[in-house]
Amino acid sequence: MHAKTKTMLNLMAVAVLGLFLWWADDNLDGYQIQILNLIAVNIILALSLNLIYGFTGLFSLGHAGFMAVGAYVCSVLILSPEQKEMLFILEPAFDWVREAQAPFFVAVVAGGLAAALFAVLVGIPLLRLGDDYLGMATLGFAEIIRVLAINAPRVTNGALGFKGIPDYANLYWNFGWCVLTLYVIIRLVASNSGNVFKAIRDDETAAKAMGVDVFRQKLLSFTIGSFFAGVGGALLASLLATIDPKMFTFVLTFNVLMIVVTGGLGSITGSILAGIVITILLEWLRIVENPLTFGDWELQGIPGMRMVVFSLALICIILFRREGFMGKREFNWDWVTRRFRNKAGRHAG
Amino acid sequence: MPADTILETKNLSMRFGGLTAVKAFSAAIPRAGIVGLIGPNGAGKTTCFNMITGFYRPSEGQVLFHGRDITGTPPHRVCNSGIARTFQNIRLFGNETVLQNVMIGCHLRQKTGWWQAVLSMPSSLREQRAVAATSRELLAVVGLEDLAGENANSLPYGAQRRLEIARALATQPSFLLLDEPAAGMNPNETQDLMRFIRDIRTRFNLTILLIEHDMKVVMGICEHIWVLDYGETIAAGPPEAIKSDPKVIKAYLGEEAIPNA
Amino acid sequence: MTWAMFVQHTLNGLTLGSLYALIAIGYTMVYGILRLINFAHSEIFMLGAYFVFWGITLFYLPWALAIVGAVIVTASVGILVDRVAYRPLRDAPRISALISAIGVSFFLQNVTIVVFGALPRQVHRPAWLEDPILMGDVRVLPLTLFVPALSLLLMLGLVWIVYKTKPGLGMRAISKDIETSYIMGVPVNRIISLTFGIGSALAAASGIMWALRYPQLQPVMGSIPGFKAFIAAVFGGIGSIPGAVIGGVMLGVIEIMAVAFFPDLAGYRDAFAFVLLIVILLLKPTGLMGEKLEDKV
Repeated sequence: MHAKTKTMLNLMAVAVLGLFLWWADDNLDGYQIQILNLIAVNIILALSLNLIYGFTGLFSLGHAGFMAVGAYVCSVLILSPEQKEMLFILEPAFDWVREAQAPFFVAVVAGGLAAALFAVLVGIPLLRLGDDYLGMATLGFAEIIRVLAINAPRVTNGALGFKGIPDYANLYWNFGWCVLTLYVIIRLVASNSGNVFKAIRDDETAAKAMGVDVFRQKLLSFTIGSFFAGVGGALLASLLATIDPKMFTFVLTFNVLMIVVTGGLGSITGSILAGIVITILLEWLRIVENPLTFGDWELQGIPGMRMVVFSLALICIILFRREGFMGKREFNWDWVTRRFRNKAGRHAG
Repeated sequence: MPADTILETKNLSMRFGGLTAVKAFSAAIPRAGIVGLIGPNGAGKTTCFNMITGFYRPSEGQVLFHGRDITGTPPHRVCNSGIARTFQNIRLFGNETVLQNVMIGCHLRQKTGWWQAVLSMPSSLREQRAVAATSRELLAVVGLEDLAGENANSLPYGAQRRLEIARALATQPSFLLLDEPAAGMNPNETQDLMRFIRDIRTRFNLTILLIEHDMKVVMGICEHIWVLDYGETIAAGPPEAIKSDPKVIKAYLGEEAIPNA
Repeated sequence: MTWAMFVQHTLNGLTLGSLYALIAIGYTMVYGILRLINFAHSEIFMLGAYFVFWGITLFYLPWALAIVGAVIVTASVGILVDRVAYRPLRDAPRISALISAIGVSFFLQNVTIVVFGALPRQVHRPAWLEDPILMGDVRVLPLTLFVPALSLLLMLGLVWIVYKTKPGLGMRAISKDIETSYIMGVPVNRIISLTFGIGSALAAASGIMWALRYPQLQPVMGSIPGFKAFIAAVFGGIGSIPGAVIGGVMLGVIEIMAVAFFPDLAGYRDAFAFVLLIVILLLKPTGLMGEKLEDKV
């Protein structure tokens, strides 16, 4: 298929998504819209981790840390000075924290940039480590971020966190950022820089021998991925309207890792599909955890059941289908038209 | 250093703990030559490669490339200065296609960066196309142009060796190190390989240093040979001299094999 | 700080440290053999504690029986986890097994929440453990003396197994080279099961003593001690049993002392261990007593 046709089809797909959102905004209830919003944010987070781990092979467990950075920076920028005055009851906020203000888009970008800055600072020492050690060290970093958030009440309001964060993150913002993330990561992965990332994942030694500055490229991938993790965290803060240090534990990273592994390490399509399916399942299983009443009947909720199901699912995927839904395969328009033609051919025959 | 020497090693030594893997390896390699490094298994040949290409920092000694000291430079910079290599136990990017493998080699000389690719800037798109074209040409040189879309892992052994060479050529080296290029080849393929090595030397203005066990290849194409045994250089010279050197025969065949010893 | 307080802090540090050390041994043994960070190990620690109090409150078992039973059951869970979640991944990339381990960790933690509820439960200690012992000016709980002593005993037993018995020889052989051990007729899978069993039993012992020392049960109680024990294992040199013991004890003592000397830093207590982890990984990734693993080009 011609490249121009594909560009047209991609633009049409985005337009269809836009129309769907416009329809959804008017016709779906608040709960359904919330799920759609979470899908967009989870896809952003999954894509960013997939770039780091799936494409570049850097086993990072620090996603929750970068999300926290993005969430806090964005929240501080969009909360009004009056709100912040009220919120900071442990200790008064620093002046610069109270006065800081920015429009939502700028605040989200700032959240992403702050996360990227942390990624550079953390990456320079840590990316020299291999596989599992890198995982544990980045996990340690995320925990340190959490402890810092608790112990810096003049910036983060300590353990209480923020409430009443303005809910700017509507369907259009979330999906807009989602499409932007998708575009950047697709372009990146399809370019020769993307090939270099994959080379590092496959064989670091050979990549060095091919003149690849492995450390620099790792840092690049890690920083870009963390930028989008920060963006995801920023959107999530505005979407949920509440953040506190307890929210950014390892469970959050686990959920993102779960989506990436289920979709397929190194498959963008997989991350999107798994992002949709798992977000819906996560919300759907929430029902199991809450008490239910059918007329006179009352069913007790089973707390913990959701994570039992998900951890079990992750184990099963790793054991029986390690490549996830998609392996390393990607969606392709050619593939669609071929299907279409085959069908048409059969009908004609 | 004579004017036409491209690479010189001076007293290159490598010790691992108490073990001396290579001891005082000194060699001057003439520009545009094809030279060989031979010796029994474990003699320290690959260690020499690793020291020259920056994977090991020598315990002692120097590596001079174009008269410049490159001792202890990290591998990617060594490659950038014009030294490319292949590996004894083939190391391709297995999950990537044959074409991508070669394109990764081209990355080093690319001028546009990642963000230009993300923004789809014309300069970047143009370069991307140029890189793909160059890579296809290189695949044609090694005879793999028809397999460009295959996964590197799925290639047969011989083709993988050739792909490794194409990938090394993509970094535009002036000096190429081949680690056992003829391993696992039958005599016919070996003949082709020898022709191929001579061919790429002229075509790409290369100097080639190779490690090889197949004596037919070594004696057939190398103009100068260094022989290592237990890390020591036991002989150096043109093939004819090496062939009849008693020390070399002893190293390869053992004491009793030498007539009139 | 008075001399008596210093002694008291040292003893507290030793207690905490030996609890870390017992968990760290499990991490280090499994890593030494399989190069796997057994992420689920902290949940094994937690289960050990839960099983004891389950036995006591549900089946009215006497303490001794409940403890022995809990250790055996926990060890079996450890072996089962390996059989089900790790063994099928022996030939897979290393990170696959680690992801599986993370899954198991969440699974065990949340199954505990489903069965016992998420809320903390109080532990009722036997009365004789409540009366402090007075030694001059130093007041200590009996556990503070008992924990390091029992831990030492368990560790000596372990040393005996690893260095003086045939299965111990097998463990050492596998940690040097699993393939060759296999070819040489070492019953690799059985020895690995034994390793998981021993590691889990020690973690269970640690969990039980932890629950007595800090009398509370909680499904997430394993996470922080588990992490810290892992860090202790890395600190001591992962793969080395003496390293795990020294690392664990040192981490415990340092932690207690840091908070005692700098009370302002108490809020950063949990971050301290992670900073230590990152510093060690960067400066001396082989730890205090670890062997160097070289990458072959």
